[in-house]
Amino acid sequence: MSARAVPPAQDPVRPHPAAAVEIEFEGRTYRGVLGQSIAGILLANDVVDWRTTSVHQSPRGLFCGIGVCFDCVVTVDGVSDVRACQRRVRGGEHVERQHISPPSPSQEH
Amino acid sequence: MAEVDVLIIGAGPAGLAAATSARRAGATVRVLEASDESGGQFWRHLPATRPAGDEQRLHHQWQRYQQFRSAVDADPALTLDVGAHVWAIEHRDDGVRVNVVYGDVDGTGRRRESVTANGLILATGAHDRALPVPGWTLPGVVTAGAAQAMAKGERIAIGERVVIAGAGPFLFPVTDSVQKSASTVVGVYEAARIRRLARHWLTRPWELRSATSKMAEFAAYVGIHLRGRIPYRPGWGVVAINGTDRVESATVARLDEQWRPVAGTERTVPCDAVCLGHGFTPRLELAIAAGCGLSRDRFVTVDDGQRTSVPSVFAAGEITGIGGVDLALAEGEIAGWVAAGGAPSDSQLVAAVRARAAFTRFARRIADAHRIGSGWTDWLEPSTMVCRCEEVDYGTLLAVRRDTESVGLRSLKLTTRAGLGLCQGRICGRSVECILATDGVGFADGASTDRRPIAAPIRLGELSRPPNFVDDDDQSTTTSEGKSV
Repeated sequence: MSARAVPPAQDPVRPHPAAAVEIEFEGRTYRGVLGQSIAGILLANDVVDWRTTSVHQSPRGLFCGIGVCFDCVVTVDGVSDVRACQRRVRGGEHVERQHISPPSPSQEH
Repeated sequence: MAEVDVLIIGAGPAGLAAATSARRAGATVRVLEASDESGGQFWRHLPATRPAGDEQRLHHQWQRYQQFRSAVDADPALTLDVGAHVWAIEHRDDGVRVNVVYGDVDGTGRRRESVTANGLILATGAHDRALPVPGWTLPGVVTAGAAQAMAKGERIAIGERVVIAGAGPFLFPVTDSVQKSASTVVGVYEAARIRRLARHWLTRPWELRSATSKMAEFAAYVGIHLRGRIPYRPGWGVVAINGTDRVESATVARLDEQWRPVAGTERTVPCDAVCLGHGFTPRLELAIAAGCGLSRDRFVTVDDGQRTSVPSVFAAGEITGIGGVDLALAEGEIAGWVAAGGAPSDSQLVAAVRARAAFTRFARRIADAHRIGSGWTDWLEPSTMVCRCEEVDYGTLLAVRRDTESVGLRSLKLTTRAGLGLCQGRICGRSVECILATDGVGFADGASTDRRPIAAPIRLGELSRPPNFVDDDDQSTTTSEGKSV
């Protein structure tokens, strides 16, 4: 375990309990609470990468955390380029790893 | 015909101070905030769906924010629109027009609106500057601001054993919030050397008298370091980050006065997360689109009333110079008052004008002490990614500069593709400029990487509809280079 939600018993900020929500990512269901972002729910479950780059096929996840770097983009319910750190979860979202392959010569006309 | 007297972009400390000040001067005010909560990065907090029992444990001047919030809630002539993404500003003969799209972040079929105002205040803030380091694209490496945002906004710990590295006093609050998130900070590596820190922090102490609250805050942070036995190492930096699919360790090394790693001092620190923050970059795209003049060091130029070079456009907070919350609050208060028709010399602004002077001096010391050293490129390897989006490495940048002998930034960008990805050079732009500019001289075409006419992503379908039209079947994105993804 590395990335995770702060355990409530150890949290000096004492967040109130919030409604549970779920998202689906790569065939698994991840639980979080209302008010979390997609990145927040994935990180709380120690999922640290959710995009694969086009050129080097490298894993990427959270980087700037404030919507500037676009490194964390995912496809949400079929819509691409959604910043996972900024989009709050409503519940039931189908999240897909974003991986845009560069056009291969055979696809060109 | 303007819909509102004063329009403010950004509801962080500067924007909120501007809004309440403009209201005191009698203006109607509207604030546009991209996030769904006000407070900016400084007062980022748990959302209304999950409020905290003791939010102020993570904050400074939380009372001040509460006062702003009550003022906004109680005042029908002060409108705060959250989820309002300003994607463009047009500079027209009859004034400035602000183009907004409302709704989900990166959503579809969002409502567009075009807003005009008698006075516009830009309070768009800044984001972290993280210098490229070998391995910095590994999952688990985040900016210092990301660690802070996740801790404050969601109560997420980015790692169990966390290394914090970079430069400047922002590393202190980041350390504090990581500590309060049940993580262990294994070390804080400040690139500035102790002699440099002492030279800028300890001389002319009388100048700091008016900033005593700030000094007390720093003293408290030093106490946290001592109590938590967190090593604070000035003159050290993270020079490589190691791991296969995620962070496993960081290589730290001593840095010389120019931030060049000192050979033979490298040490490996096991960790599962690294936070990088080498300073801040102002979010200038809207100011540039509005036509505001910039200083040589690329902040928005303002006069004593926070007026920019464009009539009736004002700027406050980090976009006029990195100065922290107290300076942002003072500048916001002045900008709001003057935008509403007041004068900087009015008695109502005496305290704010004094605070602005004091915290400007304070900010200058911070900038001098922690300025990025020119030797940082020595820790790069040819394979180190510089542009994270387009995956352009250091070796490619050097080769293109050598082979093309180009001295124009535009042609260098087009040849290398650095800065042309989704983030539009927000993360790598200034580092790319450092690497490509020969001998610290600018580029022959006078270009910079700050110009981004489209400030926030908008889908082509949304763009093709007239303002105030709602539809939900738009799926393609456009970026400012006009490519669709």
